[in-house]
Amino acid sequence: MEFKIERVAELARLNLKPEEKQKLEKDLGAILDYVKNLEKIDTSKVEPTSHVLNMENVFRPDEVKTSDAADKALEHAPQADGRFFKVPKIVHRD
Amino acid sequence: MTDLCSLTLKEAITFAQKDGAKPLLDAFSKRAAVLNPKINAFLRFDPLSIKKSEIPGPLCGVPVSMKDNICIDGREVTCASRVLASHVPPYDATVIEKLKTSGATLFSQCNMDEFAFGSSCETSAFGPCRNPWDLERVPGGSSGGSAASVSADMTLAALGSDTGGSIRQPAALCGVVGVKPTYGRVSRYGLIAFGSSFDQIGPITKTVEDAAILMNIISGHDPKDSTSAPEKVPDFTQALKRDVKGLRIGLPKEYFIEGIDPEIEKSVRQAAEIYKKLGAEIKTITLPHTEHSVAVYYIVAVAEASSNLGRFDGVEYGLRVPSKDLRDMYFETRNQGFGQEAKRRILLGTFVLSAGYYEAYYLKGQKVRTLIRQDFEKAFKDVDVILSPTSPTPAFKIGEKTADPIAMYLSDIFTIPANLAGIPAMSLPCGFTGGGLPVGMQLMARPFDESTMFRAAYAFEQETGIYKKKPKLD
Repeated sequence: MEFKIERVAELARLNLKPEEKQKLEKDLGAILDYVKNLEKIDTSKVEPTSHVLNMENVFRPDEVKTSDAADKALEHAPQADGRFFKVPKIVHRD
Repeated sequence: MTDLCSLTLKEAITFAQKDGAKPLLDAFSKRAAVLNPKINAFLRFDPLSIKKSEIPGPLCGVPVSMKDNICIDGREVTCASRVLASHVPPYDATVIEKLKTSGATLFSQCNMDEFAFGSSCETSAFGPCRNPWDLERVPGGSSGGSAASVSADMTLAALGSDTGGSIRQPAALCGVVGVKPTYGRVSRYGLIAFGSSFDQIGPITKTVEDAAILMNIISGHDPKDSTSAPEKVPDFTQALKRDVKGLRIGLPKEYFIEGIDPEIEKSVRQAAEIYKKLGAEIKTITLPHTEHSVAVYYIVAVAEASSNLGRFDGVEYGLRVPSKDLRDMYFETRNQGFGQEAKRRILLGTFVLSAGYYEAYYLKGQKVRTLIRQDFEKAFKDVDVILSPTSPTPAFKIGEKTADPIAMYLSDIFTIPANLAGIPAMSLPCGFTGGGLPVGMQLMARPFDESTMFRAAYAFEQETGIYKKKPKLD
């Protein structure tokens, strides 16, 4: 199995605790082995299902409505500054 | 006076019409305060009543509870995760708006597996919920708190959510009724997403009639959810007739396999006999791709989950772990915020969607999903409803399956197919094991034909009266 836990954790933006890495890697290897059984099924003529309802694109009228959700969201943000979410530095100067 | 907590939703509404909802609220608050320390079904109970000036709707102020992944404006909602601890949503889910308009008192927020990832309610960051029939056993999951609280008479009824069985499996393990509506029947707006092409909100109740009452309230098209279906909503209570004459009921042979608890099999086969006696026609049917359901689900649903959980990064809401830069903040917030099962699914989902593996896993899973849907389409040409066990085993011991994720995943083998196909399905009590644990049976129906499912469920329930037996907790 090509499963490399460090690489996948990096893609998932997820630090792992050293003590959980081994167990997670073992579990995920076992799960991937289990789902490998699907290989046996011939699906060469089968369309994939991404959605169960046979609906086309859904549109609604683009109407202006009032909402206080943005204010409330800022109120409960981990850190806000005026109308902005505040985050730590993104780019460091070398 | 009868114990108010033992009333059904229907009976409680009748009571409240005459005497008001206050005595009910008092009785439930008192009972919940006594039982919750033992069962841990509620993460919070703090009744939010409608204003007195408002005209009470059909629910007349009676208390209804909800799983803690349904957003309520101005109240903490956590998905039983540390990453959302003390999160306060800025809006109401559509189902909450509908409950409020109907005059429900929003009673308590129920324990669950973290982000609905689990079949036992053990992955909650706030401690496991326990089964009222045996406190050493799990209530099932992920809507374990919803099912346990209804079973223990701590609330009249509750809402849960079902992605792979999360309403039906705990309903079965706790001896109550649980309904997963057709995908698209109930708006998902304000339900914190797990698997967006699977998730449905539905009722967990003491009786089939109570479930139909709540379905009437929560169903319907919602412009705020683009996957909500524009189908007409019938009055589900009109379907509650004790008449199954000529109804064609299918027993799928793939659902009676090795590994199923013999007492469960016996109980469900007895239910088929009862239907036969009532005039239904029982047919053996085949759903040949059933054995692949769990594998498909653990590819497609975790892919959707890993994508949905990308938003928990410490920027806009929930937990933020202070860090030296933004990148570190993402990685550390997610490390400290998510539990083991959430991490497992995020990693698995990320992997099956990653370059080089997408076709072999994700696309393959979506294709086999088509085959499973087609199994049902074929089966429903010959039968009107499908009868099966809900869960292969009764409630298992706390800790019994936590070390082996595949064993845990397999406890959803009979419930997952309905989510893959998007069809309505429900669980209702059909008996007890020798050890006194509840057994649930599952009914599945054609898309948007919840009415036929309710009719079959009601006829069985009224004939047998199994729902009247309650756990001994006092």
